[in-house]
Amino acid sequence: MSGDHSHGHDNHLDDMTARVMALETVLTEKGLVDPAALDAIIDTYETKVGPRNGAHVVAKAWSDPDFADWLKRDATAAIGSLGYSGRQGEHMRAVFNTDDTHNLVVCTLCSCYPWSVLGLPPVWYKSPPYRSRAVSDPRGVLAEFGLTLPEEKAVRVWDSTAELRYLVIPQRPAGTDGWDEDRLATLVTRNSMIGTEEALQP
Amino acid sequence: MNGPQDLGGRDGFGPVAPEQDEPLFHADWEKRAMAVTLAAGAMGHWTLDESRHAREDRDPVEYLSSSYYKIWIMALERLLIRHGLVTQDELAAGKPLHETAPPNRVLKADMVAAALAKGGPVDRDPGDRKPAFAVGDRVRTRNLQPTGHVRLPSYARDKVGTVEAVQGYHAFPDKSALGDRSAAEWIYTVTFDAKTLWGDRGRDGDAVSIDAWEPYLDHV
Repeated sequence: MSGDHSHGHDNHLDDMTARVMALETVLTEKGLVDPAALDAIIDTYETKVGPRNGAHVVAKAWSDPDFADWLKRDATAAIGSLGYSGRQGEHMRAVFNTDDTHNLVVCTLCSCYPWSVLGLPPVWYKSPPYRSRAVSDPRGVLAEFGLTLPEEKAVRVWDSTAELRYLVIPQRPAGTDGWDEDRLATLVTRNSMIGTEEALQP
Repeated sequence: MNGPQDLGGRDGFGPVAPEQDEPLFHADWEKRAMAVTLAAGAMGHWTLDESRHAREDRDPVEYLSSSYYKIWIMALERLLIRHGLVTQDELAAGKPLHETAPPNRVLKADMVAAALAKGGPVDRDPGDRKPAFAVGDRVRTRNLQPTGHVRLPSYARDKVGTVEAVQGYHAFPDKSALGDRSAAEWIYTVTFDAKTLWGDRGRDGDAVSIDAWEPYLDHV
């Protein structure tokens, strides 16, 4: 937010910079928002809440059968026990990939996404190409992410139409026997927890 | 509403284009847009459902050609004006010009961590209301065509599926979007065979689930 971008010849982004600055200024001067609170919100999603949270959940589920069982029964509480809760994660559901079923999460109506475990969604998740076709052509969408599923494996798509937020638990890769949670978490990508790819191979 | 947000099953948008090493924000204004939207929402003058409706209730050309955070800002401006907190001429001037409605509350910096960690749960006490459907029930979604807010995607209207889970008793967005914070309904995960939704484009064995409130469903 540097410089004076209020001139009439600005491009699109600069128009938005000016528009948001004007809005924030009006709200701040009216005492409706606290600029330091905005800084704190940004810092939360830039440095504290992101896909490492979800990777921790998945790695623990891979390592601890009791935790995995809890995650199946009450994902909100199980995830909350690791310290991940709150906005856009108030009502969590964990869906487990198996040998028979691959899970894929979308929000066709807007951009619902489990912020508490994955942070803010990537642009592609919020954009029409993914939102339109994840439900009608999930295998085609997966192929665009480089994932081709076996014919016999079923695809289950979860359209997040309400306040339930879905976290995919990918399958634990072979060759990871004896790995601890921290090491396992390095194999868990954001996309594997949306369902557009599998966990990394060791 | 049958608006531009209801994208499930639409064709023609082209392939998904994941960005390598995508930054969290693509411009500094996006950071401020995200944060000011959350902070303004925390004043408590509108529900999340009303803000969703403010984003989707617009010309499809504008919706589909605007970036994500631009839509957030356009919706936020609309909400602030609707609720009497700012005026259009103030936004144009970039400074306060009038006495406007006081906020219900203001989110201060030292409240942010707790507020985000708490979020906004939507589960409500059902009292003596019992769920009308049970796991395994066959249900048909209603052919709802309201001009207001609704969370039943058009591709899943008037379709037969199976109740997979009773998920709780949650705030009802169709009414919450109008400011009715007391309205709540039982909510269910309903699963449809892909072929039920997509005809020959669907694959045997594939399925799509939605979460649907009780007023969206009938027994088959």
